[in-house]
Amino acid sequence: MIPSVFTYRRAGSAEEACDLAAEYGEDAKYLAGGHSLLPLMKLRLAAPEVIIDLGGLRDLSYVTDQGSYVAIGALTRHHDVEHSSLLARELPLLAHAAGQVGDPQIRHRGTIGGSVAHADPASDLPAVLLALDATVVARGTDGAREIGIGEFFQGLFETVLEPGELLTEIRVPKPAAVGWSFQKFTQRAIDWAIVGVAVQGNQVALVNMGGTPLRAVTVEAALADGESPADAAAHAAEGTSAAADIRASREYREHLARVLVSRALTEASTRA
Amino acid sequence: MKVDLTVNGKEITADVEDRMLLVHFLRDVADLTATNIGCDTTSCGACTVLLDGESVKSCTVLAAQASGHEITTVEGLASNGTMHPVQQAFHEQHGLQCGFCTPGMVMAIVSMLKENPHPTEEQVRTGLEGNLCRCTGYHNIVRAALAAAEVSA
Amino acid sequence: MSIMGTRVIRTEDPRLLTAGGVYVDDLRTPELSGAARLTFVRSPVAHARITGIDTSEALSEPGVIAVLTVRDMDDLAPPPPDSGDGDGAGEGPMPLGGVWSEPLLAVDTVRYVGEPVAVVITDGRYQGEDAADLVSVDYDPLPAVVGPAAAVTDETLLFPAAGTNIAATKPAPTDDAPFEACEAVVEQVIVNQRVACLPMESRATAASYQNGKLTVWHSSQNAQLCRFIIAGALGMAPDQIRVVVPDVGGGFGAKVGIDRDAIIVAWAARKTGRSLRWAETRSENLVGMTQGRAQLQHIKIGGNRDGRILAYRIEVIQDSGAYGRMSAFLPFLTCLMAPGVYDIPEVQTGYQVTFTNATPISAYRGAGRPEATAAIERAVDLFATEIGMDPAEVRRRNLVAPDRFPFQTKTGALYDTGRYEEALDKVLAAAGYDQLREDQRRRRASGDPKQLGIGVSTYVEITAADAGAGETAKLEVKDDGTAVVYTGSSAHGQGHHTAWAMLVQDELGIPMDQVTVIHGDTDLIPVGVGTYGSRSLQLGGSAVHKAALEVKDDARHQAAAMLEAAEADVVLDTATGLWQVRGDPDTALSWAQVAGHTSGGSLIADVSFTADRPTFPFGAHVSVVEVDTETGQVKMLRHVTVDDAGPVLNPILAEGQRHGGIAQGAAQALFEEVLYDPDGNPLTSTLADYAAISAPDLPSFELASSETPTDLNPLGAKGIGEAGTIGSTPAIQNAVIDAVSHLGIRHIDMPTTPQRVWTAITEARKASNQ
Repeated sequence: MIPSVFTYRRAGSAEEACDLAAEYGEDAKYLAGGHSLLPLMKLRLAAPEVIIDLGGLRDLSYVTDQGSYVAIGALTRHHDVEHSSLLARELPLLAHAAGQVGDPQIRHRGTIGGSVAHADPASDLPAVLLALDATVVARGTDGAREIGIGEFFQGLFETVLEPGELLTEIRVPKPAAVGWSFQKFTQRAIDWAIVGVAVQGNQVALVNMGGTPLRAVTVEAALADGESPADAAAHAAEGTSAAADIRASREYREHLARVLVSRALTEASTRA
Repeated sequence: MKVDLTVNGKEITADVEDRMLLVHFLRDVADLTATNIGCDTTSCGACTVLLDGESVKSCTVLAAQASGHEITTVEGLASNGTMHPVQQAFHEQHGLQCGFCTPGMVMAIVSMLKENPHPTEEQVRTGLEGNLCRCTGYHNIVRAALAAAEVSA
Repeated sequence: MSIMGTRVIRTEDPRLLTAGGVYVDDLRTPELSGAARLTFVRSPVAHARITGIDTSEALSEPGVIAVLTVRDMDDLAPPPPDSGDGDGAGEGPMPLGGVWSEPLLAVDTVRYVGEPVAVVITDGRYQGEDAADLVSVDYDPLPAVVGPAAAVTDETLLFPAAGTNIAATKPAPTDDAPFEACEAVVEQVIVNQRVACLPMESRATAASYQNGKLTVWHSSQNAQLCRFIIAGALGMAPDQIRVVVPDVGGGFGAKVGIDRDAIIVAWAARKTGRSLRWAETRSENLVGMTQGRAQLQHIKIGGNRDGRILAYRIEVIQDSGAYGRMSAFLPFLTCLMAPGVYDIPEVQTGYQVTFTNATPISAYRGAGRPEATAAIERAVDLFATEIGMDPAEVRRRNLVAPDRFPFQTKTGALYDTGRYEEALDKVLAAAGYDQLREDQRRRRASGDPKQLGIGVSTYVEITAADAGAGETAKLEVKDDGTAVVYTGSSAHGQGHHTAWAMLVQDELGIPMDQVTVIHGDTDLIPVGVGTYGSRSLQLGGSAVHKAALEVKDDARHQAAAMLEAAEADVVLDTATGLWQVRGDPDTALSWAQVAGHTSGGSLIADVSFTADRPTFPFGAHVSVVEVDTETGQVKMLRHVTVDDAGPVLNPILAEGQRHGGIAQGAAQALFEEVLYDPDGNPLTSTLADYAAISAPDLPSFELASSETPTDLNPLGAKGIGEAGTIGSTPAIQNAVIDAVSHLGIRHIDMPTTPQRVWTAITEARKASNQ
């Protein structure tokens, strides 16, 4: 219930955050909304010695129109992504999915950057950003770099971010194909997705079908080949490595992936 | 470390462990024990308070994070002995039995109605997905939320 | 106009809503100022010998006052020697002793993950977890016994001295002749799964030992039973102990009395001389608080194609978890209530009580009766499907007729009153049953992937099973005209303060807002039985009623003397609360005046009320669900009920109990299950994993009224507290199976998770393709 002892530092700017991270090295973790990290710390599954609170970096919370893409500050809360009128217009898939994360209280604190950096394949937003071909901007002590979302996730809770690198912005290109759908299959409303599917046009990404969010490449290839959505959806489980847990066996997850991809493609076509 | 929170309009400064959770700050330092702890996985919502007017689970916020911010607990809702419409609605609709989940439920609904003043039943239920109750079956809690929405219209 | 039966909002609410309840961990009582914090060290393994405990690292931490193990319990009498014969599994709800004894802190064996092994006493709350992590315990693992089927093989024994894992057996008759005479017979193995009670307030206890007196604050359903248990456990006289029960955040049967962990807190306070506070975390609660249900059931039902059920057999294997806290009581009740509302000529029951390396099982809302009802209601549906008859119709043809009461069942229960067919008719009408079947037909014909399921249950249950133990009430009317009720009942959400005040107002004309109700303090109420088993209104309320009548008689006597009139001519106007000579309002005396006239300055009645026998509320539920046959997802669309517990004192309170009961019953049918891996490690030990039911999982409920009084108490009341749970679980489980019965599916075990439903559909499709 109680995290183990740590030292709290509050960063006043992104630059200061990176400097603090460099100072403390491996002992330190960034704290954004805290709703991925603090739950782990309270169960003592994580015990960083130093916490660098990014909560004061209000200038990293924004949703702005950059012409060909929408820029979202890494510290933008799920609540603000959900209610952004710009996103409702340009990227309704993202706005809708943000509204499915956790519950209202969690959405008042959790951030898009925090969710992406935490890299839980059962999270909703990483797969959505994968379907949207997003790019993330990361900043370290020696400057900033852009990382395509396709290269970003490496494994369970693993990303390409170097120690001390801080996500500052997520850039989501405005999609050409406007049809979208988000199918989140849960037993109860509050649950993590047993399986989820994000569709934008003919781009399909899967939640919780492997150690990272996955593009359903075989489905996309089938669609490109002119197969019907129902036939393309039959390939949904190919290339995945779904886990078995108390909610679902691997076989059941694979079945759900096929059903949900089919439903997502059908729903997306009604919005096209 | 020193933290400085405004709780129900009153400024409270205290020297606390860096790891102190906001919920313990409220209960043990500010001596406001209405906010309860029902779990340790951010699941149950019993600890819900308002942080700068928005519902948060105070068990998953550090007192340090809340330093410099405003917290409202259920004890700060009534004014001059008159219950807030949500509290009044809970009373009239029998929205509480043992009362343990109630402060969190009330604060979650206060925040919900601020953001969506006229929710449907379905929206109320979904809006309460982060608040567990074992006594009421939620039926009257939902009625209380809808009744409070009517009154505040 | 009597207040009885009217909707009165609760007097408990304003405080709870504005200041919040004061639960154990909220207490700011002076005896606890400066209290230290107690944190448990618990076993992380399911079954092991303890080979060593090293407390040195923990002891050297700043802020650590003490680390205590069983070796420090030298101030307690050793447990009674085991009888060696493994006997003692009585049918009463008392823990098993002898070879099955449960220690306080673990001695040399741990038998479930979460079992208390040591305690750490620290200055502060936060240091407690830190220090507990530093206590080093060496475990030599033993094979874990997981599930009742494994337990009865006796391959690994939890209590080697007993020579078996089976603590009690009441063999079922094996006479198959009644079944052979039937035209249709169905057998089924049914799992009534283990669930967590999950009150929103986890366990919490505080204790202070000063000047030879031990005060214990405990989140409990009965302070007086706590005192009795503590006295026995700590070798103290009851008058050396005061137990205070403050506000309690839900109990549901798991907070009856005081359990092992809390007794350790009380002991540690005496041992160390420090006041102590303990509040478990939810993760501890999900392994440390007793759990419910956990029965494996073999049922056999037989009858004729005209719908008449002729024979029913149920054999229960009760998983007790690691220790037998309730002996054979739960399966005993299951067998007692086995035939339910049906008049079945031949009923055969039996049980075995067995142990597994899991959290101990005890009472949980319904305690043995939901298990009975779920079994017979499944059996009736299986039989209905077998003979191709509508499940509501089969029920109708077998219900005990209204002219048969009091009805003696084949299992030895005496049902007091009941109108079962009327309840069934009412719920079917309220649900629009025929239209629902029509909607179902339409969806089946169109091959709609979302199918409708309609489930019915008709049920009866036993409340105030310990009617003879009764309940106490002391009523005092003071010379300021106010009244105080001291009740042996112990509300933890039920609204007794409102209800008892209503009773006083109704009988005495003292307005509710002048009535204070007190419970839960053994100094103020030394004798009381408590709140569980849906007993409080019929026993506790009747006690209040009885006390009110005595006070009234006493007051009439006083008033007659004051008015110099005959007692027969003195009347109380309950509308105004005034005593007067009949027809002469000028003689009016207030309660304050009458009470003030007594030598003691108040009118007091101190009573206990016992009833001759238990009562039997009954009802019928209809559940309407939608099953997505492509994913197995189940959605509750509607839930319609009749729950008849006699005259309703306050509809608001009764509805609240029904709502809460329905939700917990739905939770068992659809979502909740305590799971262990093959090594006995819990898989659902946090609320992130344990699928507790939430608001968006449920619809609003549709409750119909029915009030059939009992003649066993002056209020005519039976108990409503558990009825909703008992009726809802089988209706919902039946509905889910009904939704896919056209695919050939006959049974799906609870909880009917999407995966379970999908698996059943997939297997049925495979079978039909062969």
